[in-house]
Parts: sequence; C-alpha cells; structure tokens
Amino acid sequence: MLLEVSNLVKHYPITTGALVKHVVGQVKAVDGVSFALSPGETLGLVGETGCGKSTLARCIAGLHPVTSGTVRFDGADITNLPRRRMRPYRRDIQVIFQDPYGSLNPRRRVGSIIADPLVIHRVMSGDRLRRAVQELMERVGLNPEHYNRFPAEFSGGQRQRIGVARALALRPRLIICDEPVSALDVSIQAQILNLLKDLQAEFGLTYLFIAHDLSVVRHISDRIAVMYLGKVVELGDAESVYERPRHPYTNALLSATAVADPDEAQRRRRIVLTGDVPSPIDPPSGCRFHPRCPRAQEICSSVEPLLEGSAACHFPIEVVV
Amino acid sequence: MTLTEIRPGAVASGGIAGRGPWQLAWRRIRTDKVALVSGLVVILLCALALAAPLIAAWNGHGPDDQFRDTGITAQGLPVPPNGEFWFGTDRLGRDLFIRVLYGARVSLLVGVVATGLAALVGVVVGLLAGYYGGVVDTVLSRLMDVVLSFPYLIFAIAVVSIAGPSLTATIGVIAFYSWAAIARVVRGQTLSLKEREYVEAARSMGAGDFRIMFVDILPNLLAPVIVLTTLLVPAAIVFESTLSYLGLGIVPPTPSWGNLLSEAQGFYRVAYWYLGFPAVTLLITTLAFNLVGDGIRDAIDPRTERLFSRRRRTRKGA
Repeated sequence: MLLEVSNLVKHYPITTGALVKHVVGQVKAVDGVSFALSPGETLGLVGETGCGKSTLARCIAGLHPVTSGTVRFDGADITNLPRRRMRPYRRDIQVIFQDPYGSLNPRRRVGSIIADPLVIHRVMSGDRLRRAVQELMERVGLNPEHYNRFPAEFSGGQRQRIGVARALALRPRLIICDEPVSALDVSIQAQILNLLKDLQAEFGLTYLFIAHDLSVVRHISDRIAVMYLGKVVELGDAESVYERPRHPYTNALLSATAVADPDEAQRRRRIVLTGDVPSPIDPPSGCRFHPRCPRAQEICSSVEPLLEGSAACHFPIEVVV
Repeated sequence: MTLTEIRPGAVASGGIAGRGPWQLAWRRIRTDKVALVSGLVVILLCALALAAPLIAAWNGHGPDDQFRDTGITAQGLPVPPNGEFWFGTDRLGRDLFIRVLYGARVSLLVGVVATGLAALVGVVVGLLAGYYGGVVDTVLSRLMDVVLSFPYLIFAIAVVSIAGPSLTATIGVIAFYSWAAIARVVRGQTLSLKEREYVEAARSMGAGDFRIMFVDILPNLLAPVIVLTTLLVPAAIVFESTLSYLGLGIVPPTPSWGNLLSEAQGFYRVAYWYLGFPAVTLLITTLAFNLVGDGIRDAIDPRTERLFSRRRRTRKGA
C-alpha cells in the first residue's frame, strides 16, 4: 500500500476569550476516516461542501496537524512529522489545489512558480532547470515560450495546467488533487481530467482525487469513497458505487447528478433529502445521516454503523443480483 | 527565481508583449500628469543636489564663503536676489542659492536613507509579526505601539544630549520613528496574505518559513510598501528640518533646510528671501514627493483614496 490512512481525526477547537482562551467546542471536520491506496490507483473522494474532504487532504499532505489517527506513506508513519523530517516525503506527495487563481502567486512568473519544487528541494538549477521547466510546460500542454509571463495572463484552464506542472515537477508518487476541476468550465474540466489520466499512465502516478461532483470522479477513479459529515459512508469500486450504491446517502447524491440522456433522465427519480447537513460541531448521535435518511429506524439514532463491506449503514440498499 | 533573468528576449520574440503587474502600473502612471510632473520635480531636485559642488565651482561661491563686499549691505544686512546671488545672501554674506542646494543634499540624504532604513526594519519586523503570529506578534506589535506613542521631540532631545547632534543621530532618530508605521502595514497585509492558497501550496512543496516570507509573501507586499515609503520620505525631510531648526539635527555651518530656516527667522522683516527660498524649496520638495507617492499608489493600488482628490478620468486600459 502506498498510502494508508487509519482512523484519522481532525478536530478544530472553538475558543472564546480575548486573553485567556477557553475551548468551548470542537468542529469535528474529519472524524475517524480510514482507507488505503495502492500504487497506480485513483481513489475518488466525494461529498458535499463542508464534509471534510479538503481537511482530509490537507492532513494527509501534512499541512494541518492531525488530532489523532495515523497516516502511513509507503509503510512509514508520517503523521505529524516535524517539518524537517517531513521534507523528504514532500517530494513524493504533491498537491494540486482547487483554485487556479488563488494557488498561483500573482507576483511571480510562471516559470519560477513551476520551478519552485525543484528549487526548494535543490534538484537542479541554471540551464538544466530552465529546460526541465519548459519540458514540463510542454508536457501539460502549455507553450514553453510563456514561462516568463505572470499567472494573470493565462486562462483558468491554463492556470490549472500550471498547477499540474508544478505538482509534477518532482515526479511524485502520490498527487492529492483537491477539487482540481471544480473551478473550471465544464468544457475545460474534461481536458484537465484527460491530462491527469495521461500523466498517470505515463508516470505511474497515484491519485487521491477529491471532488463534489460524482460524474467527474467516476471518469477518473478506480475506487470511490463517499464522505458525509467527516466520515466515509461508502467505499467501493467506482463501477459498483455508481451502478449499485448501497448507502442511502450515496443513492441520493447519485440521483442528483445530471444525466445527458433525456430519456434516462425522465425515468430516474430524484431523491430529495430533507433538511440541511447538520453542524459538524454537534453531529447527530448514532449514524450521522439518520435525521435525513429515508431508511432510518430506531437503531440508527443510537448505534453508529461501521464501514463493513462497502457501506456504513445498518440498512443498506440490497443489491439486486 | 533564477528563471526571471533567463532568456529575457523570449517574451518579446513571442510577438505578444507579456504585461506584468509592474508594467501595468507604469502604463497607468504614464497617463497621470500630476505624478509625472512631480516626478520630474523630484528628479530635478536630486540632480541639483548632486550637482551642488559643480554649480558652486561654476559660479565660484562655496557654501561657506562669506562675501563681505558684495554679499552684505552697508547696514550689514543680507543682499536681496540679484544677478550674482540668485536667492540673495544670508546674514554672513553667504550665497543662499548655494546653501539651499547644499541643504538639499542633506535633506534628501536624510530623507532617503532614514526612510530606506525604516522600510528595511519595518518590512522584516512586520513580516515576522504577521507570519508567526502568537507571542512573536504580541511582542513586536506592542513594540510598534510603544514607538508610535513615544513623544518624538523628547526622545530626539534625549538622544542628542547623549550622542550630540549629527547626521547619523538625525538619521537614526527619524528611522526609529518611521519603521513602526511600515511594520504595521506590512503586518496587516501579511496576516491576510499568509492565508492565501499559494502560500499553502509553497508549504506543501516543503518551502521553509523564510522562503515563504521573502519569496512568496514579500513580492505581494511591495506595492503598499513602495507607496508608504514614498510618502514617508517627505515626512522624514520635514522631520529633519524640524530637528535642525531646533538645533537637534544638522549643526551649522553645514547647511540644511531646517537650520537655514532657523537662522533666517530673525530677518524675515528685512530679508524675505532669507526665509522664503528655503521654505518654498522645502514646500515644493515635500509636495512633489507626496504627489509622486500618490500617483504610484494610484497606479499600483487603484482602490485607495487620494491625498488630493481629483476627478477620476476614465483611462483606456487602466
């Protein structure tokens, strides 16, 4: 296994008081998530805004300290490593960020942005560095002549290609894609997704691919994990999660995706969930989905279902064989 | 970073000129007549100050030469402006024009060096306070508060009474008072800039704190720092004049605008030029610097308010 996440918990304390801080509560952003990624695989992580996907990504990338649980990379425990000891792993784990505008420094030239990881890890310099950067730009479909330009001179899709080139520079083994296409036009999304797929085949990359759009994730993932309120509620093959969802939440999420075929769209019934996502400060008891679940029964509000098999549910949707 | 200087011709040869933020700012400032004229005035003043010894050699009036025959009237009063003494003379028969030029050397030197020092210290302190936050921020921010709330004249008098009045002491006192203003602005900007996604991206690549502060955050701070610095230069010049006027700054016979004004105050009834020329030069200099600063601010950060509100013209491409 390249990446093993077990029982990962990330709580953000809520404090009050100006001088002496009191902790009055915890935002349970990620609350016990486990999964594993084998080399060359793509795991899609989906869920609504605020369900903890991005926090999870940042914890794995070592950007936020983890409250409890472990992250293992290639067998080594990298949970909460001090910066100096984390540094070698940073070469192997790179992140592509969601916002192609916010994640590129507006005052720096594109060439120097893409060269950043190579310079930081002192891989190369001078002419070799320039050539490497231009090769990267070419590989991700940018004009290598443009390395002296500023990010503002590029379109959203091109900027995301810059982000991809930067993540690719060190030839990492794992790339965490934090909603890399959510900020892009649909027509551009496919281009970036295909680029990511091509790069994966060429460099044997492993992706943790985060999105809130199931159709985007299906296109690229081998397996899919569905998150709800800081927990993984369903985890399985992309095909089976998509075709035969077992968790009622996955089912509802899937029913909300747009379908290109109008006949198919006619036939499908949208499952509309009632209410809003509860606050992660005070999540519901038992199964976190029970207040909104169409299948909920007595036990759901008291006993928390575990992720056994593919869905964390007491009454999963039966698979009709 | 090494890439910026590699193959500078690449963009130009590409056909489409790449316009960075600074080039855009330059295009905007080019259309701002007030800023351009003020900029020219500043450049002219600097050139005159630099050329002061040449001008003195050319007309044969050293800054300390006393012209007892032509420079003083029969009643022992200063001579009004004439063909030989363009700005008239002072009470000792010295050429006021030359002394104002030499004064400009001192004033501009103090203004620029003191502000430069202040900017350096202010940027570093502000970055550290804003970036690290917590205890570092608390300590540094309280230090800024202390500096900003200090009665500056009392402090200047104390410094001078210990170290004696000198150019270095003057620069030191002014720099000491100016850095906190810059540090505050830098701290505030850093607080918001450090939350940007590109800072997180740098961290995810393994960049250290100093690299993040100076490579990723600093370039984004440059605009407000440049604006503030240009606006602090005239303040420093006035500060220097105040100190010299009170005898706490530059000591005669070295001329500075402050001690020229101080010498002249007994003569304003009989010799308007004695007080007038140094005062007007000081006014023009500070005004020009302020307007240039305003123009720069307008060009690189069009959202902020102007010192003197002018009707905003719609500019092509601005």
